[in-house]
Amino acid sequence: MLTIHGHTDEIPNVRTILFKEKLLSKPGQFVMVWVPGVDEFPMSASHTIPRLGVTYRILGPGTTALASRKPGDRIGIRGPYGRGFTLEGERILGVAGGLGIAPLAPFLELAMTKGASAELVLGAKTAKEVLFDGRMTDAGVKVHISTDNGSAGFKGLASELAKEVLSGKKFDCIYACGPEKMLVEVLALAGRHKTPVQASLERYMKCGIGICDSCAIDGRHVCKDGPVFPDSELRTFGELGKTKLDPSGRRVSI
Amino acid sequence: MIDLSVDLCGLKLRNPTMLAAGVLGETGKSMATVARAGAGAIVTKSIGKKPRSGHLNPCVVELPFGLLNAMGLPNPGAEAFGREIAEAREGGAPVIASVFGSTEEEFAELCGLMAKYGADAVELNLSCPHAHGYGAEIGSDPDTVQAICRKAKKRLRIPVLAKLTPDTTSIADLALAAQRGGADGIVAINTLKGMRILPEARMPVLANRVGGLSGPAIRPVGVRCVYEIFEAVKVPVVGVGGVSNASDALEYIMAGASSVQVGTAVWSEGPEVFSKITGGLMKFMAENGFNSVKEMVGIAHSSRP
Ligand SMILES: Cc1cc2nc3c(=O)[nH]c(=O)nc-3n(C[C@H](O)[C@H](O)[C@H](O)COP(=O)(O)OP(=O)(O)OC[C@H]3O[C@@H](n4cnc5c(N)ncnc54)[C@H](O)[C@@H]3O)c2cc1C
Ligand SMILES: Cc1cc2nc3c(=O)[nH]c(=O)nc-3n(C[C@H](O)[C@H](O)[C@H](O)COP(=O)(O)O)c2cc1C
Ligand code: FES
Repeated sequence: MLTIHGHTDEIPNVRTILFKEKLLSKPGQFVMVWVPGVDEFPMSASHTIPRLGVTYRILGPGTTALASRKPGDRIGIRGPYGRGFTLEGERILGVAGGLGIAPLAPFLELAMTKGASAELVLGAKTAKEVLFDGRMTDAGVKVHISTDNGSAGFKGLASELAKEVLSGKKFDCIYACGPEKMLVEVLALAGRHKTPVQASLERYMKCGIGICDSCAIDGRHVCKDGPVFPDSELRTFGELGKTKLDPSGRRVSI
Repeated sequence: MIDLSVDLCGLKLRNPTMLAAGVLGETGKSMATVARAGAGAIVTKSIGKKPRSGHLNPCVVELPFGLLNAMGLPNPGAEAFGREIAEAREGGAPVIASVFGSTEEEFAELCGLMAKYGADAVELNLSCPHAHGYGAEIGSDPDTVQAICRKAKKRLRIPVLAKLTPDTTSIADLALAAQRGGADGIVAINTLKGMRILPEARMPVLANRVGGLSGPAIRPVGVRCVYEIFEAVKVPVVGVGGVSNASDALEYIMAGASSVQVGTAVWSEGPEVFSKITGGLMKFMAENGFNSVKEMVGIAHSSRP
C-alpha cells in the first residue's frame, strides 16, 4: 500500500492524487488502485518521479471515495502493468482527447529529456477543461489547443486539428490517447501520412494481469499486451471503435 | 515414434494439455489464440443461464506461490456464448464448455445449449468456491453430484466431465458419485477456499473476502486428489492445479491423470506455457523410453508394495 501525499484540483471534477512513494514505471503503463472497502480500478500514472500520481475524473463510487481520502491515508496499488509508450524517432506528435493527456504527459516529458522535439494536440470540450497545457509548455512541448465550442484555440475535434498540424509537417511517430472514436480517426489520418502510431486503449478490467479475459480486444488483452498498441496491431482490431465487453463479458457498442 | 496424442472420453487431443476453465476463456478469439499456442483442448469460462457481472474488484490477489481469485462466475449468459464457442473452435482444438447452475434442470438445460452451439464436451462446475448457491456449495454433496451428472448425461451425446472440489472430506466419494451418475470423466481439482488479509488495511483484500487459491501452492493437494480418485473410479481423470512445466504434468499423469489442465501458469508464463510443457514431455519420454502418454498414466500406483 502507498501513502497519500496530497490532492491537487486540476479542472472541474478532475483531481490529481500524489503518493509519498515513487513508482518505477514506463509512461503509458497503469496501476490498479484499491480504495479499501470500496473498489479497485485501473488508472494511468500521470506522474511517476519523484512521486506516483494519478489524475482522475470523479465519476462513481470508487473515484468519489478516492477523492475523499486524506494525506497520510493508505491506498492499495498493484502494478505497474502493461506495455507503455516507446520513443520512435525525434519529431513526435501527441494527440490527447480529454483525460487522454494523463498517460501522455509523462511520456512527452521523458521524450523531451531524451532530446526529442514534441508537439501536442490537446483537445477538450471547453476552455475550462483544458488539462496540463502549462505543464506541457514548461516541458518544451509545442501545444495546439482545440475545444469543441471554440472557447479556446481551434474550434472542433482534436482529430480535426491533428489533420491541420499533420498537413504542414512530417512526424516520426504519433502518440494518441482519448475517446476511441478519436483514436480511429487518428489511425486513419496517420495511415494517409504513412506515419506510425502508438495508441492507448481502455477496456473494463478485473484482474489487470492477463488472466480473466475481461479486457479482451480481438484475442489480445489491454491489461497485458496493451494498454498501448502499435498501429500494426490496432489495424487488425475489428472491435476498435465498435464494441467492448461489459463486466459480464457481453459485447456492447462503444 | 513418440506420440503425445491422447484419447479423453472419445475426444482426440493432439497432446495432453488443456486450458483450465475461467482463464482467458470468455471470448472465442482469446481461446483460439491459446489453442494456436499449443493447448490440446480448451475449456471455456463457466457459463450460466443469465449474464452475471461477478464479484466487485479486487477479485484477484497475486501471491508469491499462486493466485487467490474471487471472480464470482462473471459470464455473458448462455445465449450470448454460441458465437464465442464457434470462434474458439477456429483455433483447431476441441472446445469443452464449462457450465454452472444451481439445480439439475439448470445444468441439463445449459448442457443442451452448449451441445447445440458445437461444444465437443461439457464440464460441470461442481466446485467453484466463491459463488453463493453454485459450485462447491452444491458440489460437496455426493447425492447432488450424482443427480446433476445423471440429468446432464441423459440430455447429451457428447462427453460429460465433472469438475470436483478438494474442499471436502473425501473427493473420491464425490468422484464415485459422479461416476454413478454417468459422468464420462472426472476433473480435479478446482481452487481451494482461501483468504488474504492485508494488515495495513485491516481487512480482507478480496471484495468477496473469500476466494480460491490456485497455482504451485496447490499442486501437492491436486496430485493427492487425482491419486485417490484414480484408485476409486474407472473413468478417466483430468489433473488440474499448479501445472506449469512438464515435470508438474508428469506428477499428475503418473498419479492417474489422462491429461492435465493449466490455468494460473498462463499468467506467470503466458500462453507459451503449453508448448513448453509438451516439449518437456517429449524430452522426458525420449529419455525414459516411453512412446505414448497412456503408458505413463497411473504408473505411480504400481510402485506400491
Ligand atoms: C488502462 C486504463 C487506464 C485508465 N486511466 C484513467 C485515468 O488516468 N484517469 C481516469 O479518470 N480514469 C482512467 N481510467 C478509467 C477508470 O478506471 C474509471 O474511470 C474508474 O474505474 C471509475 O470508477 P468509479 O467507481 O468512480 O465509477 P463507476 O461508477 O464504477 O464506473 C464509471 C465508469 O468507469 C469505468 N470503469 C469502472 N470500473 C472500471 C474498471 N474496473 N475497469 C475499467 N473501467 C472501469 C466504466 O466505463 C464505468 O462505466 C482508466 C481505465 C483503464 C482501463
Ligand atoms: C482467475 C481464475 C478464474 C477461474 N474461473 C473458473 C471457472 O469459471 N470455472 C471453473 O471450473 N474453474 C475456474 N477456475 C479454476 C481453474 O480452472 C483451476 O481449477 C484452478 O485454478 C487450479 O489450476 P491452476 O493452478 O493451473 O490455476 C479459475 C481459476 C482462476 C485463477
Ligand atoms: S483485466 Fe483480466 S485479462 Fe485483462
